[in-house]
Amino acid sequence: MKLLFVEAKLHLREWPFLMFTVGLPLLLLIVLGTSIPDFTKVGENGERFVDTQLPSMMTLLSLLTLACSVLPAVMATYRDQGVLRRMSTTPVHPGRLLGVQLLINLVVAVVTVVLLIVAGSLFFGSSAPRQWAWFGLVFLLGTAALMAMGLVIAAVAPNGKVAPGIGSAVMFPLLFLAGMWVPRDVMPDALRVISDYSVAGPFAQALKDTWQGHAPQLIHLVVVAAGLALFGGLAVRLFRWE
Amino acid sequence: MKIIEVENLRKQYPKHLAVDDVSFEVAEGEIFGILGPNGAGKTTTVECVAGVRAHDGGTVRVAGLDPRTQRDELRHVLGMQLQSAALPEKIKVWEALDLYASFYPDPADWRTLLARVGLDAKRDTAFKNLSGGQRQRLSVALALVGQPRVAVLDELTTGLDPQARRDTWELIQQVRESGVTIVLVTHFMEEAERLCDRIALIDAGKVVAIDTPAGLIARVGGEQRVRFRPSAPVDDSLLLALPEVREVTRSGEQMVVSGSGNLAPAVTLALAHHQIVPGDLRIEQATLDDAFLALTGRKLS
Repeated sequence: MKLLFVEAKLHLREWPFLMFTVGLPLLLLIVLGTSIPDFTKVGENGERFVDTQLPSMMTLLSLLTLACSVLPAVMATYRDQGVLRRMSTTPVHPGRLLGVQLLINLVVAVVTVVLLIVAGSLFFGSSAPRQWAWFGLVFLLGTAALMAMGLVIAAVAPNGKVAPGIGSAVMFPLLFLAGMWVPRDVMPDALRVISDYSVAGPFAQALKDTWQGHAPQLIHLVVVAAGLALFGGLAVRLFRWE
Repeated sequence: MKIIEVENLRKQYPKHLAVDDVSFEVAEGEIFGILGPNGAGKTTTVECVAGVRAHDGGTVRVAGLDPRTQRDELRHVLGMQLQSAALPEKIKVWEALDLYASFYPDPADWRTLLARVGLDAKRDTAFKNLSGGQRQRLSVALALVGQPRVAVLDELTTGLDPQARRDTWELIQQVRESGVTIVLVTHFMEEAERLCDRIALIDAGKVVAIDTPAGLIARVGGEQRVRFRPSAPVDDSLLLALPEVREVTRSGEQMVVSGSGNLAPAVTLALAHHQIVPGDLRIEQATLDDAFLALTGRKLS
């Protein structure tokens, strides 16, 4: 319990982390939503860009930053500097530290989503995810898959300084495939097929679907779950404590 | 009572044999030194003792526990300070101690510990802003916060300035006085000579000798030299008549007397008898370095 408390404090001391994981997505939602007129026009599908597409992309931006940069940087640094090794000489296994880090990242992600929903409702009168139970499930599953991927990055990164670099190389293609710059609805077919298997793509689609009030498509859940299994397995195999 | 028993310890790494055959015993309350050149297998040896690394051969017992199968129990009796292990950069001194104290069921009061290692004033300082000596003292405090019976300290004073080193030595002596058995890994012969009750000299994965510092030095023959400038002319025969003296040589005004046993007192007493004062008196004794050289044919550092 104390470990969680101390690690949370340390996380807060790294305030640039929170600027990118909480501040930036929130700011983008508000600034883009209020400054680009097209984003608040009702489209062909009967809803506005700021209602579900923009907030689900911002959710993904926050999650990918956490999973690709923050988590690998922290864990690789802890391994690199011998923090994990130091802890392994005490009765508490360093695995506990990993668990605490995952929990902290999850909390930051949840806070971001809640703030995005509140901001959407305050600034644009958007509604909260209509299928909230499905939304929650999709959110947790996708977050787990991305965190597992982040641990693989932490495992292969030689140290804490290289880890965010590798993370960025993974993060930007995934953001693109998720529809950050070209929404999935208007992607060319070939690109959308790649997107369908990129874990981030189906995750983004399922988030958007449940935000709109639909049930997620089974195939999207399956791909995300497969990603979790794959990266989870790899992380367990590859992760080194020292 | 033997609190640590190591018998025929062996550890093979993929590319080299780190520890070939190491055996030693440590009595409760002792400061036991493991001394040897870099790469001799010192760190691997204590890591096997502490259960941080699994050994391939031989037996290790710490307070009757097997570090390979009873790691969890071992963690409660043995505290370890690792050579290259750190803390998160932004953790404050008190937070680190408070956190590590929470890992143990019956921890020491970390506030007392903080004062004992002299870091009271650094309570709220972040780890990255501590000096090398301060980090080492915090490291010692963390190794002790679980109230262990054995503390393993690996290369504790490497990289410290002389003052910080002396402060750390004092701290180690205080720790011993509180009843904790200490295993000290070092490649500084001065440190080993000054702190340790007994020393295992290790070279190339093997124990070369185990003895008290004085005992090890005595093995190289105990040759001593006394240098001085006599206040009046001295006849060589005066000194050669002493049983402790083997040889007398002169270089300029200086006399160099070689011998063994209680050489210095015997020489000064004989001089005093003839109202001669030995000026600039210097006594040169064999060191652990010499002992290591004699025992292995190689220099320690």
